[in-house]
Amino acid sequence: MINKQVASAAQAVADVFDGATVMVGGFGEAGSPIELIHALIDQGATDLTVVSNNTGSGEVGLAALLKAGRVSKVVCSFPRTANSTVFPDLYRSGKTTLELVPQGTLAERIRAGGAGIPAFYTPAAVGTPLAEGKETREFDGQEFVLEHGLKADFALIKGRMADTFGNVIYNKTARNFGPIMAMAARVAIVQVEEVVEPGGIDPEVVVTPGLFVARVVAVANPSHESELVAAGVTYP
Amino acid sequence: MTVRTREEMAQRLALDIPNGSYVNLGIGIPELVARFVPEGRTLIYHTENGLLGMGPSPEEDAGDPELINAGKRHVTAIPGAAYFHHADSFAMIRGGHIDLCVLGAMQVSQHGDLANWSTGEPGAIPAVGGAMDLVAGVKKVYVITQHCTKDGEPKLVERCTYPLTGRGVIDRIYTDLAVIDVTPGGFRLVELSPGIEFDDVQQRTGAKLLPIHE
Repeated sequence: MINKQVASAAQAVADVFDGATVMVGGFGEAGSPIELIHALIDQGATDLTVVSNNTGSGEVGLAALLKAGRVSKVVCSFPRTANSTVFPDLYRSGKTTLELVPQGTLAERIRAGGAGIPAFYTPAAVGTPLAEGKETREFDGQEFVLEHGLKADFALIKGRMADTFGNVIYNKTARNFGPIMAMAARVAIVQVEEVVEPGGIDPEVVVTPGLFVARVVAVANPSHESELVAAGVTYP
Repeated sequence: MTVRTREEMAQRLALDIPNGSYVNLGIGIPELVARFVPEGRTLIYHTENGLLGMGPSPEEDAGDPELINAGKRHVTAIPGAAYFHHADSFAMIRGGHIDLCVLGAMQVSQHGDLANWSTGEPGAIPAVGGAMDLVAGVKKVYVITQHCTKDGEPKLVERCTYPLTGRGVIDRIYTDLAVIDVTPGGFRLVELSPGIEFDDVQQRTGAKLLPIHE
């Protein structure tokens, strides 16, 4: 019997190792898996490469993981947000390096990584500093730049509901990077508000099919980054 | 010299968007465009974080932290809206399925190059978001911006000095002074704001301005 549910966020992230590449879902606070990130801070893995659209705000969630000094590199499209001071300080001091990627290229690199496509050509960033040093090629008279697929050892994702087979549905714009990061990570870990038995989610509405997901963990009332920041919460 | 306000610029641009268009509005002045869509036209707004059919901001305190736009502000979803993941969202953009994108600018060159993500200053935190994908893939890309910087420097220039967002990507520019097309021959005036003369615009433009096409 397949049962991907684990008892706690701590158990879900227990085997994240030093030097791992970890994809972290979310666009701003929407879809940010705060409880899984906090569990990873407690777990202690360090020298991580984090792939995420943003770098968090305040000193909770992703920003707290950065603040704790666990991240040596971020692969990111927009590492600058209101209330975001942790990453700028780390970047300026050289403690965390940045690979800046256009947002759509980041999404497609993740999708490609999960879909067995090693590289692809995109028109985005042609003629800009972000294409410098990269292979380009013309198709039908237009120039494109070669970008490589991205894979990860782990992905931390927030969904709304999962079944014990790992099928996941999401909530509104919190879906963002979840489905593609689940595809690209060897071990995709999804926190959801509710875990149900197989059959509890209509197969017609499943967004992430269970084979992409390794573990699901129930977090009934997940925190929202903006509420924690407004309340002055810092983690740990 | 009276110039167009931000709202009047947005209102002027909104006149040019055909009924039924799928539109992506950038952050800042571009967001204002949605307020001025002429009656009888229905536009569908795309926000690249994963929503087609974005509606107006919710009542205060009614915001949902998991229903936001690309500027990370609370929004609503209209009846008939759809949510999707990021790779699908950028397939819409890069694949040429979005009709129009409206962006702000730091500089636009006479060849339609856009710079709007970085001043290239050392120590600045580079952040690009989806702008490079939008300009590369959306069918038409309009810029809405003040004609000059706060220091009075022209934003419409022969050649961008800031790092580019895209090369030869801008179709039309709406400023407080004028509407200007990017043509193979350079900037061409389309329309002056009320009370503005050609020379007023030329003086504040860092490249040659061609007169209105008769």
